[in-house]
Amino acid sequence: MTLARALTRFAVAAAVLGAAPAADAHLVTTNLGPFYDGFAHFFTAPEVLLPVLALSLFAGLRGAAFGRAVLLWLPAAWLAGACGSLWLAPRSPPLAAAGVTLALGALVAADVALPRRWVAGFAGALGLFAGALAGADLSGASAPLALAAGAASALFVTTALVAGQVTSLRAPWTRIAVRVAGSWIAASGLLMLGWALR
Amino acid sequence: MKRVTSRAAAAFSLALAWPAVALAHSQAGGSVSFSSGFLHPISGLDHIVAMLAVGIWGAQLGAPGIWLLPVTFPLVMAFGGFLALVGVPLPGIEIGIAVSAIGLGLAVCLEAKPSLWIAALLVGVFAIFHGHAHGAELPPGANGIAYSIGFVIATGLLHATGISVGLVHRWLAGRVALRVAGAAIAVLGLGFLWRAVAS
Repeated sequence: MTLARALTRFAVAAAVLGAAPAADAHLVTTNLGPFYDGFAHFFTAPEVLLPVLALSLFAGLRGAAFGRAVLLWLPAAWLAGACGSLWLAPRSPPLAAAGVTLALGALVAADVALPRRWVAGFAGALGLFAGALAGADLSGASAPLALAAGAASALFVTTALVAGQVTSLRAPWTRIAVRVAGSWIAASGLLMLGWALR
Repeated sequence: MKRVTSRAAAAFSLALAWPAVALAHSQAGGSVSFSSGFLHPISGLDHIVAMLAVGIWGAQLGAPGIWLLPVTFPLVMAFGGFLALVGVPLPGIEIGIAVSAIGLGLAVCLEAKPSLWIAALLVGVFAIFHGHAHGAELPPGANGIAYSIGFVIATGLLHATGISVGLVHRWLAGRVALRVAGAAIAVLGLGFLWRAVAS
């Protein structure tokens, strides 16, 4: 094989590989398109799902007004964070994700009484942070905006269902069960911290 | 023929290198790690009886112990797992786990009703040994977060099972049965201790 022919073949191979779609190695494939891939991705990324669950549980424990505030701020901030990180592509900070999960889980377990504007602030900050994490995951994929929209929809549905259900709980033992779930989330956050420091 | 084979090999190599094929890797490790983490606490009798005893003892103590102990245990257990993950050694783990079965079994058998903070402290100390064992025994290649969530949920469900069993405490026959169960757990703990010391 001449050098020219070898170089030509190398160039063709490089062009084919360069034009190939993104790997999407960490995304779930639903075969229903990128929107539903993003929807499913939300439920398979525990570092994103757990803090969202914790804040939804907490808002539900505090009452309907808190649930509405979180439902307004969390998905909006999440979408803003995800869209921002699609272009900035920041690195995922596992220590911060673990710390947020631990702190929010502990808030649920302790059922701390906080002013509504604080909870809304938490929702905005968590939304930006978790959205940035998810956006960084999605940034290399094909159709990242559709993926992000799907994941944001999953977050909205999850928050609405979880906060709404917890708000409707009246029996004392059911509220305790929610606090126990918060302790499980906090425990998972503590272990995530261990993994990040390992 | 040789030329055709060479072209076929080149085409095959290119097809393999096409990144979309990587979709086959999507999240497969997560579910495996979750199930191995979930199965870890329920695959050892020493863990099972201690977790059940925590739930039963909480039910015997009544509110707020019925929920305080199951909230305390996973959190402190996670701290034990955290220590294992960051490399802090804990001597005598197997002995600690065996003593936890003896201590919790005796607490159930005697229907011990210490101050709540003493009960929480006792459960917390035992939880560190269980958590350290879980953290140190992670299978190689496992997804740590999924594994952790799995074993936290399994532990919590064992507590819930213990609490459910402990609800028979409202009847006299149930109270007797629980005390017998506590004695059985303590005897099993003695067996675990014997095995741990002998090995």
